[in-house]
Amino acid sequence: MNLTLKIWRQKDSKTKGQMVDYKVTDISEHMSFLEMMDVLNEQLINTGEEPVAFDHDCREGICGMCSMYINGEAHGPDRGVTTCQLHMRMFKDGDTITIEPFRAKAFPVIKDLVVDRSSFDRIQHAGGYISVNTSGNTQDANATPISKHDADEAMDAATCIGCGACVATCKNSSAMLFVGAKVSQYALLPQGQVEATDRVKNMVAQMDLEGFGNCSNTGACEIECPKGISLENIARMNRELLKATFKS
Amino acid sequence: MSVLDSKVPKGPLKNKWTDYKNHIDLVNPANKRNIDVIVVGTGLAGGSACATLAELGYNVKAFAYQDSPRRAHSIAAQGGINAAKNYQGDGDSTYRLFYDTVKGGDYRSREANVYRLAEVSANIIDQCVAQGVPFARDYGGLLDNRSFGGVLVSRTFYAKGQTGQQLLLGAYSAMNRQIARGKIEMHNRHEMLDVVKVDGKARGIIARNLITGEIERHSAHAVVIASGGYGNVFFLSTNAMGSNVSAGWKIHKKGAFFANPCYTQIHPTCIPRSGDYQSKLTLMSESLRNDGRIWVPKNMEDVMAIREGRKKPTDLSEDERDYYLERRYPAFGNLVPRDVASRAAKERCDAGYGVNATGEAVYLDFASAITRYGTEQAKIQNIKNASEAKIYELGQAIVEAKYGNLFQMYEKIVDENPYETPMMIYPAVHYTMGGVWVDYNLMTTVPGLYCIGEANFSDHGANRLGASALMQGLADGYFVLPYTIGDYLSDDIRTGKISTDSPEFIEAEKDVRERLEFFVTNKGEHSVDYYHKKLGKIMWDKCGMSRNEKGLKEAMAEIKALREDFWKNVSVPGGINEMNPELEKAGRVADFIELGELFAKDALTREESCGGHFREESVELDGEQKGEAKRNDKDFAFVSAWEYKGEPADAVLHKEELEFNDIELKQRSYK
Ligand SMILES: Cc1cc2nc3c(=O)[nH]c(=O)nc-3n(C[C@H](O)[C@H](O)[C@H](O)COP(=O)(O)OP(=O)(O)OC[C@H]3O[C@@H](n4cnc5c(N)ncnc54)[C@H](O)[C@@H]3O)c2cc1C
Ligand code: SF4
Ligand code: FES
Repeated sequence: MNLTLKIWRQKDSKTKGQMVDYKVTDISEHMSFLEMMDVLNEQLINTGEEPVAFDHDCREGICGMCSMYINGEAHGPDRGVTTCQLHMRMFKDGDTITIEPFRAKAFPVIKDLVVDRSSFDRIQHAGGYISVNTSGNTQDANATPISKHDADEAMDAATCIGCGACVATCKNSSAMLFVGAKVSQYALLPQGQVEATDRVKNMVAQMDLEGFGNCSNTGACEIECPKGISLENIARMNRELLKATFKS
Repeated sequence: MSVLDSKVPKGPLKNKWTDYKNHIDLVNPANKRNIDVIVVGTGLAGGSACATLAELGYNVKAFAYQDSPRRAHSIAAQGGINAAKNYQGDGDSTYRLFYDTVKGGDYRSREANVYRLAEVSANIIDQCVAQGVPFARDYGGLLDNRSFGGVLVSRTFYAKGQTGQQLLLGAYSAMNRQIARGKIEMHNRHEMLDVVKVDGKARGIIARNLITGEIERHSAHAVVIASGGYGNVFFLSTNAMGSNVSAGWKIHKKGAFFANPCYTQIHPTCIPRSGDYQSKLTLMSESLRNDGRIWVPKNMEDVMAIREGRKKPTDLSEDERDYYLERRYPAFGNLVPRDVASRAAKERCDAGYGVNATGEAVYLDFASAITRYGTEQAKIQNIKNASEAKIYELGQAIVEAKYGNLFQMYEKIVDENPYETPMMIYPAVHYTMGGVWVDYNLMTTVPGLYCIGEANFSDHGANRLGASALMQGLADGYFVLPYTIGDYLSDDIRTGKISTDSPEFIEAEKDVRERLEFFVTNKGEHSVDYYHKKLGKIMWDKCGMSRNEKGLKEAMAEIKALREDFWKNVSVPGGINEMNPELEKAGRVADFIELGELFAKDALTREESCGGHFREESVELDGEQKGEAKRNDKDFAFVSAWEYKGEPADAVLHKEELEFNDIELKQRSYK
């Protein structure tokens, strides 16, 4: 198929960006979206132009590195997938595809489609861990049984890949789904109880500091999340926060 | 004596590690504050090492090319992690895990290292659970296990199909705690471009900030490389796009020996290539072989009919199908080890029986399993005279519960429903057992320079068993390196900060800069990918699943010619002082090309078949094992450690003879 691409080009964080049109031809429906971008870039290199910078690494939907806002949707039109798992069969010959970076105050653009998501890391530094030494002298792994139900739910929350689609989708650029997922994982497990109060308070404080917006419960994040992280995690975080406020 | 000293402690195998640890020189906590350690790579190996080193009190400077430690390619591991916990009470033990790993590695690994690995494996699970890693549990709330890769016990711990992700997020969380305490200085989006040696010791690195393009000098008292595997030398592999050999290759050129480069694991169950634009291959977990049956059509007419779309695989009756693994290996059937399954698929496809347009695919069929589970369920649920459709529905539910996420992933990529039609699979490059040579302390042949995780060579011999790489990465990082490194650093307590103004740093930075400048000013004809794809094709055709003398010699010559062309005609757009992904790739591919040549030379030198290295000249000529791989313990029970001498082809071989005192060497048989 032949396509027109409208792509955000921006030299660096200080320079203003703009949309630029490109044409690609002979795109196979079996290609992944990023392979289509490879074709474009090879074409640009061969004509002496600068290729489009975009983040990617695993290309199998697990590292969370790829981003891209495609035709107005984080990770594009398919559900439950990241951009690297999106296939060209979702498009048809003659389509025009708009490709922009994830946009949020807390995710400044670095170049073209690459954004800086280090704000997510700083939220994790604020409390996304259990304070246990890595000495190898911990108790036996089976000493504390954990119900299968809780373990499975913690696992579901833990599958967040930190891609930031929830933020890019949200009209307030809220990071509640991301933070809620981490808080939930530990809240559901006995190991996480000791620090529960400080954890939720510190992580939420950092989230506010980074400039993420408030949650107004529209639920768009849940729909666009490639890993199906549910809104329940936000509710659980709010409960944890409430508990923490009462305690102090 | 050889220049190689493995430093394996004396004494009985069982006590080596404990005794050794008890006598290692320690650095006292006050002094650790004055010691800096650089860790390049923050996957499972590097991330866990950073966490423990920081906790012990060292100042850690960590580097990764991704934008966060959480994105290292360890994240992609699906299946699980082994540990000798014997929770299932099925007779597992440290010795059995050790034995399976040495045997699985086709007797080409170092006994003492593997035993230590098995010994600390149980700690890993305790550690990870304490960190909140949500491993799968049974209804009683205890940890669940699965069996993996043809071993006889259930010792694999898992977190759905995302074990690597959960373990990495555990290590990342342990790092975050230390980052928050100021003990780890994390440099994301930084690529190490060289190591700096001062007075023969590793004292720092040159790194490039991938956002600004700035070239930076970083010093430390010791340097640890944890940069992962080099499977991308084949261009297509299950590795991440950025996975590279550069850190390992740069230290090789500065004196670290490179061991067994030709030992590559080619994983049998990957999604086949669909066209020339393909950028990477996706693994389907090995666990699928527990229930899937592998076949191709018996008759060539059916192959053609299927390729042309005139027939569907489901149209073929049982006796029109060739279940070639069950036919060739009745004892193990579809559960033969990875190397055997991969070669058998290649054999059928080379003979023309491949079932997709490229001729490189075989079927992995779940119909029998669905029927079997369905029948079982009908009995359990007391459904009398269940219809075929009902049985299928019941069976499908079981298969979905076990492999649902994999089936979904397959459907997203291939656009076919694997519950209705068999999956297509083909082998792909997946893991590299070879890597930088290290001694028992995990130190390379350069003092103060260490190498851990997939980047080193030590524990998997010529073939890695499933679920053992995650175990090795975390063992090295959490529990081995942080202690063995103390032995070396105890001499450095009075050294003080290492200056980055010495001539050595200036020189190393100059070299790095010149190379980068060459790339952006060359303005040649071909893109970096053009060369990478060419290299990949040579590697796959001549250094892939099976190798022979003629092909390997050709490969060496072709790769050399490719290298010469690359340095004349490569074209890299953009500049140095900016984010420039093509420039990053250029440096990586330049190193892959050099490694490729050494790889072929190593394969040529090893005139035996072992594990992932199958030499066509070395097969059993008669008897039950006729046509199978033939290992040669008399002449080849050694590690090939290569010393760099200017050109990859001039590398000098040093042999570390392997001694097996606690295991009897046997030819593997799966008939
Ligand atoms: C698809 C897949 C599935 C797998 N499944 C399993 C499984 O089920 N069980 C199992 O045991 N094993 C499995 N493996 C193998 C296992 O995942 C890897 O061997 C292991 O995770 C490697 O860990 P590592 O820490 O050595 O390297 P990685 O996790 O690859 O980390 C490498 C690190 O080095 C950094 N880096 C690299 N080069 C540079 C440089 N020049 N400068 C700065 N930083 C650099 C990267 O940024 C990264 O942080 C699988 C592998 C793959 C590819
Ligand atoms: S919650 Fe979902 S969308 Fe948000 S970062 Fe995690 S995986 Fe991405
Ligand atoms: S590239 Fe890793 S999730 Fe898309």
